[in-house]
This record gives sequence, C-alpha cells and structure tokens, in this order.
Amino acid sequence: MIEIKTPGEIASMRKASRVVARTLERLRELVRPGVTTAELNAFAEKEIRGAGAEPAFLGYRGYPATLCVSINEEIVHGIPSEKRVVREGDLVSLDLGALCEGFYGDAALTVGAGNISGGARKLLAVAERSLELALEQVRPGARLGDVSSAVERFAVQNGMSVVREFTGHGIGRRLHEEPSIPNFGKPGTGPVLKAGMTLAIEPMLCLGRAEIIVRNDGWTAVSADGSLAAHCEHTVAVTEDGCEILSSSGEKAGGLL
Amino acid sequence: MSENGEKIEVEGIVKESLPNATFRVEISPGKVILGIISGKMRIHHIKILPGDKVRLELSPYDLSKGRITYREK
Repeated sequence: MIEIKTPGEIASMRKASRVVARTLERLRELVRPGVTTAELNAFAEKEIRGAGAEPAFLGYRGYPATLCVSINEEIVHGIPSEKRVVREGDLVSLDLGALCEGFYGDAALTVGAGNISGGARKLLAVAERSLELALEQVRPGARLGDVSSAVERFAVQNGMSVVREFTGHGIGRRLHEEPSIPNFGKPGTGPVLKAGMTLAIEPMLCLGRAEIIVRNDGWTAVSADGSLAAHCEHTVAVTEDGCEILSSSGEKAGGLL
Repeated sequence: MSENGEKIEVEGIVKESLPNATFRVEISPGKVILGIISGKMRIHHIKILPGDKVRLELSPYDLSKGRITYREK
C-alpha cells in the first residue's frame, strides 16, 4: 500500500528535503582534495541541526553518521572517517537525509574533486541525466516501471550498468516506505502512480559491471570490479500535472545537462 | 572526440534553426543546448527543421553543445 500524503504533509517533507538540498549544495563546494570525509559529515550534521531538523541516517539501523560519503568504486553507504581524505580526481557521492516535523527528506549527488577523468565526467553526466529522465516520467497515471526503465534505458544506451541490489523507495513518515523503485524494469508494469505519492528516486550507476560487494564494516557497498560508481537522488511528490522535486535547492536547477 | 567511448548520447527536439547549420535543441523541458550538424550529415544533405527529433552526442567536458548525428523519422 503506497501512502498518499496530504498537501500539509508534503509541505513538511518539502521543508525537510530543502534542508537536505541546501546542505548538499554547500557540501558540493567543500568537496576538494584534502578534505576528510569526517569533516564533511560534521558540516552536514551542523547544518541540519542548525536548520531545526534532525539527521535521518544517524542511528538508522545502527548507521553511525549523518552523511554517506562514497568515493570512487564505493557506490553507496560509505561511512565518513577521519582517515579518509578526498584526493584529486576522486568521484565523491554524498547522500543525506533529514527529519523535520515528523517527515523525511532524502537526496544525493555526486561531485568530482578537482580535475576528474573523462570517464568519470561521463558517468556523472549520465547519472544526472538518467535521474532527470526518470523524473520526467513521474506523473499521475504513469507506472513505476516507466520510471525504472527510463533510468535503465539511458544508462545502458551509454554503456553504463545499473546497480540492482539497491533501489529508490517511497518516503514520508518513515525513511523507507512502499514501493521499492528499482533502477531497471519494463515500461507499463508496476504500481500506478497517483497524486500525493512521495518517492525518493535514486539511480546508482557503475562504469564497469554492476556486481557489488559489501565491505566488512557492514555498510559500504563497492563495485566488485573496482569500477567507478555514481549516485544521484531526489525526493519528489507526484502532483496533478507531473511531479514536484521537493529536494531542489531553489538555486539554478542542478545537473550538468 | 574520437572513438574513446566518452561521448554521451541523448535525444532532443529541434526548437530553432540558427546560422551555419547549428540548431537549438531541447533535450528535456526547459533544457536547451546548441546542436551542430555532423560532417557526415552535411555531406548527405540531411535537412533538419524545427520540430524534428534528433540524436546528439555530447562530450563530457562541455555539455552545452552537441553534435547532431541522426534525424529520426
């Protein structure tokens, strides 16, 4: 059962998602060679609490931090650490969630530190574009498979592979709600979207093969072949005429394309 | 941008025809980039008009321009 949110509830989610989006935009500027991932985490926690919200990931199923920082072959759920220093050319994925007035917001973006390789640039652009294409599919009456297949189709067309073990999700009162939103699927299948649903759509793409390994820390997911990975995510609400990106920072629409 | 596998393939709709076989191409609602017709399409005199659906390839280093490689029909 996919919960339909009232406009008031969506307003709370918008608040939470905006906090996340603004924090991510600031973090984007902080990602540069020499910064430790723990510093990024500390900044994110300060920003979120400063805005009157709560970190959503801290303590979620025992996750020890506010922010997930996944560098290069790490796909998602990288745990920030004092010892992990961002280096020139790293591809850094930042995933952040906040809780505000009882509702969650969740978003992620990937940035390059310093000068990144052409392959990394391509991966980044394809990931961002695949999220955009997925969001274009979101409207009442569309089916979840339309959204999923938009991501897969574009990624595969451009030679990337789609991570299958992790999916997007419904979001709202809980961080993860029904439905699961895979980044692969067939158009015209799956649940029908209705106005008032709130979804977190998050393509995760690999430059190589999509098999994953979870490291010994129990969280960090890395690509099995060590290839680069990118991750982008938005929290959106289905509206009468399409979708609203709740986690938009309000500044110039992000994304390279 | 030789065959190095770095090009990104996208689809768009031609919005406006500009001088020197360049076009404004809308790749998603509100996102418009400059499209330049590929040499091969010039040689074969493939005409492109506003409203046509085209395929473009982009370099990951500059996503504001693309080379039009195919006109869908």
